[in-house]
Amino acid sequence: MNSLTRRRLLWGLPLGITVLAGGGFAKMLSSLRKGKFDPHKIDLPNLNKTIPNFTLEAVSSPYKNFNSSILKQQTKPVLINFFASWCLPCISEMPILKQLASQLSIWGIAYKDKINMIDLFLKHHGNPYQFLGQDNQGNIGIDWGISGIPENFLIIPGGIIRWHYAKPLDYTAISSLLSLVR
Amino acid sequence: MRLISFVFLLLISFFSIAAYGLNSPNELLPNAQQEKRAEQIGAQLRCLVCQNESIEDSNAELAKDLRKVVRQHIQAGESDKQIIQWMVDRYGNFIRLSPPFNFTTALLWLMPFLAFIIGCLSAFTTFRKMQKEPLPLNENEKKRLEKLMKES
Repeated sequence: MNSLTRRRLLWGLPLGITVLAGGGFAKMLSSLRKGKFDPHKIDLPNLNKTIPNFTLEAVSSPYKNFNSSILKQQTKPVLINFFASWCLPCISEMPILKQLASQLSIWGIAYKDKINMIDLFLKHHGNPYQFLGQDNQGNIGIDWGISGIPENFLIIPGGIIRWHYAKPLDYTAISSLLSLVR
Repeated sequence: MRLISFVFLLLISFFSIAAYGLNSPNELLPNAQQEKRAEQIGAQLRCLVCQNESIEDSNAELAKDLRKVVRQHIQAGESDKQIIQWMVDRYGNFIRLSPPFNFTTALLWLMPFLAFIIGCLSAFTTFRKMQKEPLPLNENEKKRLEKLMKES
């Protein structure tokens, strides 16, 4: 290799690196826009593992409370929905949850909420939950690895977390969820 | 006017040093040494809500809860390593602001050393080339040089 072609190659090097890096960034941005890549996404280590042990505080009489051992004994999949009366995205999720309730049993965990507020919320927006308990201090939420609400977990028989969605449910999420249940 | 604003900025920057996300002094542990440990652990943990802040810096509710958890575990006599592992068990390595060294992060951690070695190598080859004596001029070059000299 003579010195001229070598010099040309060296000149081309920064250009090549720029093109490569630019292409990489462009790909990242486009998949970010399409929703395939989310840098804020938290990959929970509890996925495909057994649920943590917990006991919830009861809400009030019409609502049936539950705990981790009841959840582990189920023979059908259960959707665990963390929600709160003070959470606006939870309201937007409610119509989807109510539709889903005919196909899948949904159990609610009210996160850092008050009993009378939960009651009001469910009377106003409808109640999709078969069982309902509350996580007053938010410590159970931390054990599950939630970072905000609403968050949804699909629990398959044996108490294994099969699916996790950290945003309000939408129809694309529902279709991937139902494909797992069937 | 300029002096006043300069002094003002200086004062602001002094006060902001102590600005942690602590919501109230009740959060602090009574034991100063334990509190210092809690702050050091918290500074290594990512707030999952405002993700580029540590839980010590963040004002989010979740960060507040996690700060509380860290302090409870310290009072229970756990080591720093155990507390961080407790967090990693729940939120994954993502919660650690400095990722651990493993196969996927090897390039990230080794990049400074790699860059240094590459730099040294390229500097070494360049210097060696500079030390070489230039070749003597051939016939054509000599003629061209003479011509140029005459022109000037």
